[in-house]
Amino acid sequence: MKSAFSIFALITLALLSYGLYQGLIVAPREMTMGDVQRIFYYHVPSAWTAFLCFFANLVASIWYLATREPKADAIALSTAEVGVVFCTVVLVTGPIWAKPIWGIWWTWDARLTSTLVLWLIYVSYLLLRRYSTAGQNPVLASVLAIFGAVDVVFVYMAIRWFRTQHPQPVVGGGEGSGIDPRMMNALLMNWVGFLGLALLVIWLRYKLERLRQQVEEAHAMRAIAGAKGVAR
Amino acid sequence: MSAFLPVLRVTLAKDMRLEWRSKDAINSMLFFALLVVVIFSFSFDLTAEESRRIAGGLVWVALLFAAVVALNQTWARELRNQVLDAYRVSPAPAESLFLAKAIGNFLFVIILVALMTPLFVVFYDLRSVGPAYQLVFAAVLGTWALVVNGTFFAAMSIRTRSREVMLPLLLFPISIPALLAMVAATTAILTGDNSPYLSLVFLAVYDIVFTIVGFFLFETVLHAE
Amino acid sequence: MSFSHPTTTDPESAPAIVLSEVTKLYGRFAALRGVSAEFVPARLYLVLGDNGAGKSTLLRAIAGLMRPSRGTVTVLGSSQLRSAAAQIGYMAHAPLLYDEMDGMENLRYFARLYGIRGDQRCAEVMRAVGLDPALPRRVGQYSQGMRQRLSLARAILNDPVVVLLDEPFSNVDIVSAREMVRLLGEMRDAGKAVFVVTHQPALLDGVADESIFMDAGAITERRSQVRDELHSPRVS
Repeated sequence: MKSAFSIFALITLALLSYGLYQGLIVAPREMTMGDVQRIFYYHVPSAWTAFLCFFANLVASIWYLATREPKADAIALSTAEVGVVFCTVVLVTGPIWAKPIWGIWWTWDARLTSTLVLWLIYVSYLLLRRYSTAGQNPVLASVLAIFGAVDVVFVYMAIRWFRTQHPQPVVGGGEGSGIDPRMMNALLMNWVGFLGLALLVIWLRYKLERLRQQVEEAHAMRAIAGAKGVAR
Repeated sequence: MSAFLPVLRVTLAKDMRLEWRSKDAINSMLFFALLVVVIFSFSFDLTAEESRRIAGGLVWVALLFAAVVALNQTWARELRNQVLDAYRVSPAPAESLFLAKAIGNFLFVIILVALMTPLFVVFYDLRSVGPAYQLVFAAVLGTWALVVNGTFFAAMSIRTRSREVMLPLLLFPISIPALLAMVAATTAILTGDNSPYLSLVFLAVYDIVFTIVGFFLFETVLHAE
Repeated sequence: MSFSHPTTTDPESAPAIVLSEVTKLYGRFAALRGVSAEFVPARLYLVLGDNGAGKSTLLRAIAGLMRPSRGTVTVLGSSQLRSAAAQIGYMAHAPLLYDEMDGMENLRYFARLYGIRGDQRCAEVMRAVGLDPALPRRVGQYSQGMRQRLSLARAILNDPVVVLLDEPFSNVDIVSAREMVRLLGEMRDAGKAVFVVTHQPALLDGVADESIFMDAGAITERRSQVRDELHSPRVS
């Protein structure tokens, strides 16, 4: 297990460095946006990774509600935390990129806003986990995850319909977007790297949470036995 | 299992009776809403034209805040004497409790809407350009959107350590799309610029979907222990 | 941990409740720790132990108010949570009553949750615990003792087969407590499994069939008691 983790960590490191090299040096300078556009190689992979994390969280939450398996809860927790981190990266890099290009920090575009709302929902998810009592914590959190998933669909539609200002898709849009293959390569490399990093952190976080669950249980069972001198 | 509808009916009647006797929820909610309206009108100095543009937003934000007060109150009542356990131990379906509470809260908030509208008209010199009767649809659909999720999340948040504080933290992010649609519909009607049809349909779909989600997940939340 | 008790094929003493390895964890606290036990109908069980021994949690587990972290609770043949809800009566430490309504209004509401119509049953249980159904006083103005009695009335509204009572005698005057004990004895005689958590076991001397001692989330001892009646077939 340990060596598998190290190997995986090394591969991820290599991928990230390669992606960095691709993104900053190999990929050509974008014609209209200039070097600022290179933030794209971080912005977009982070977004995809965050969405995948949240999707995994939803699956784990449903799994937990169905089986009450502590493992499922540990996965839900770790994917939510890592998802929030990557989502934060998206929300920070977005305006940095937008300001020089669109001339504004923020626009109520469907993707941006859905991402923001998703982030808000998952921050409230983490708060709920923090403030609910031990016994019901995972159940309530799983339920909130389902609500959040349903809500995101509505957010996306609401913004498309009621906030009419949406700029042209910059990435992966229609046929006209014609991305240079080197750009595409840098994007994909970075995405694979980011995904590896996310998996790595989720793996660690999952292990940690499982340990915490086990320690807590052992503590609960032993504290009493010790205090009362009852062997088990 | 005792029947769904009779339990819903008696639970709703019980809640109305309790509210009538204590007036906890309605009093605090009304005063709170009044404060919000007054503070808003102090903060913005508007012409009639401008207020038509932003009144939709103001009304719904005021309602959202006021509804939170009422939602917390109706569940806090069930925690006193831990009386919720008496429901939980009975064979009565959890869904009856959910819908009874949601309908009860809906009635409180819709009363609030009815009382707040004249206030807005007075303070903001509001006059609808579009057909005013359509505001009723916006009010009903919008209120249910707030209340159905609010009831659900209030049931959730009262079980947490921080109780009342938790409700807005859970409810507001989830309510963002509904809020957008409510504001869009209300503004469209008030200004008469465009048709509120799309946003009203959106609200109706939102209401239906979240009523179903809440309905099916409520038992899980009620018996989470 | 298992306990021997009379194994007969007599249907009345087929276990009404079976707990197997029931553990309930609240974070770093184990309220129940691998409890296995069987309880039969027509017996009055006294549940004794210090604060935090797991007595209330045991009752809540049987009542279906909480899901065990591990293990199963089987009540009247089904181990699904709350499947036996209609047959269970539960009286908690807190009154489980609405302060703003009077006694009958409270009972009427809870009766409807069990599908009981009309006022007859409500008035009946109210009289059984020594309260006047016509008393127009809100529960908020009740004395502690009256509240406890109304709580008991609420718990037995549905004529439950399993009766779970958490501290029914606290703050109840001695006369009322004796009256409640008599009622519990009658319910036991009618074939119900009655559980009483109490710090005043002396009140039930000669009425209880068995004492269950709990400590640190486990049942440490079960001891049958001699009843006052000449015949008491289940005393081993």
